[in-house]
Amino acid sequence: MSQVLVITSGKGGVGKTTTTANIGTGLALYKQRKVVMVDADIGLRNLDVVMGLENRIVYDLVDVTHGLCRLKQALIRDKRFENLYLLPAAQTKDKTAVTPEQMEKLCDELRKEFDYVLIDCPAGIEQGFKNAIAGADKAIIVTTPEVSAVRDADRIVGLLEASGFEEPKLLINRIRPDMVKRGDMMSIDDMIDILAIELLGVVPEDEKIVVSTNRGEPAVADESSRAGQAYRNITRRIEGEEVPLMTLEEVEPTFMDKLRMLFGLKNRTAKGDGAKWTF
Amino acid sequence: MDFLKIFGREDVSSKDIAKERLRLILVHDRANVSPKFLEMIKSQLINIISDYMEIEEDGMEIKLTRMKKDEEITVPALVANIPIRKMKHLAKI
Repeated sequence: MSQVLVITSGKGGVGKTTTTANIGTGLALYKQRKVVMVDADIGLRNLDVVMGLENRIVYDLVDVTHGLCRLKQALIRDKRFENLYLLPAAQTKDKTAVTPEQMEKLCDELRKEFDYVLIDCPAGIEQGFKNAIAGADKAIIVTTPEVSAVRDADRIVGLLEASGFEEPKLLINRIRPDMVKRGDMMSIDDMIDILAIELLGVVPEDEKIVVSTNRGEPAVADESSRAGQAYRNITRRIEGEEVPLMTLEEVEPTFMDKLRMLFGLKNRTAKGDGAKWTF
Repeated sequence: MDFLKIFGREDVSSKDIAKERLRLILVHDRANVSPKFLEMIKSQLINIISDYMEIEEDGMEIKLTRMKKDEEITVPALVANIPIRKMKHLAKI
């Protein structure tokens, strides 16, 4: 049974594209699923860049819906990961170049060929959003621990429910355990409490995401990346595995750590705060 | 308490402020209440109440907020603050 998942958020810049790239790669790499990622952000395409596939685009989504090429011609196969494909957005058109009906038809076409169809939704709640959700079965809502992002996520929950989506799942991105510990950032429980939807996963803030985006290589494939680990867990949960959401282990800093902290040689918040988080 | 503030330490953590602000924002968002809608309620309230008492329209305040139902649960509430000038005695039956 193939699934069409839309990754959405309302607010821009919270990590929809990064999430799409990492979940897509994770499903193909660790679960050997046949996956296509669709960039629905027409006019502002980015998923190709995050995936490092920008030089291989010939045709795009609008060419397909307008019948200028066959679907197979527009799909870019990722040579690094078997079974992973990208359908890029058009860069010169705008959101009105596609209708929700066309997107629905496109999703049904892709469903025949792939185990997973991931749709990277544009920011906003207008036509682009309506297009992106039109052919989807399930939704993943990405938010960050900020008032503006959570507010927009709540709006999206409402709009998705009005469109007949059952139980959208929440992905909390860019959380900083040190700030949560200090009481300067909303915790996972705070956000679930407010939004009242089921949690799919939590991704910590990680510099390696910037590095991986620079290189065009998804962090999920980087064994040493904490955000990558979080995305691997999320991938397994999408596959129906029970992966514990998060454990917080208190690890006492060693004597040498304390000594280094005392002389300011060690950054307190980075590692030496005594807390070890897993996601 | 003041000397704590000098060192930048407030009693309420900023995440609690964020959470409370969000809650209030979402009460409005979810109820889809526009200022125009509140004005409509206000003018109709004035109409009804004016039959029974003289009220100070300028001092009238009406807002959507949250109220503690008990220890744990808070619920959205419509709070109207209506200053009364004097009672009318038409309502005597």
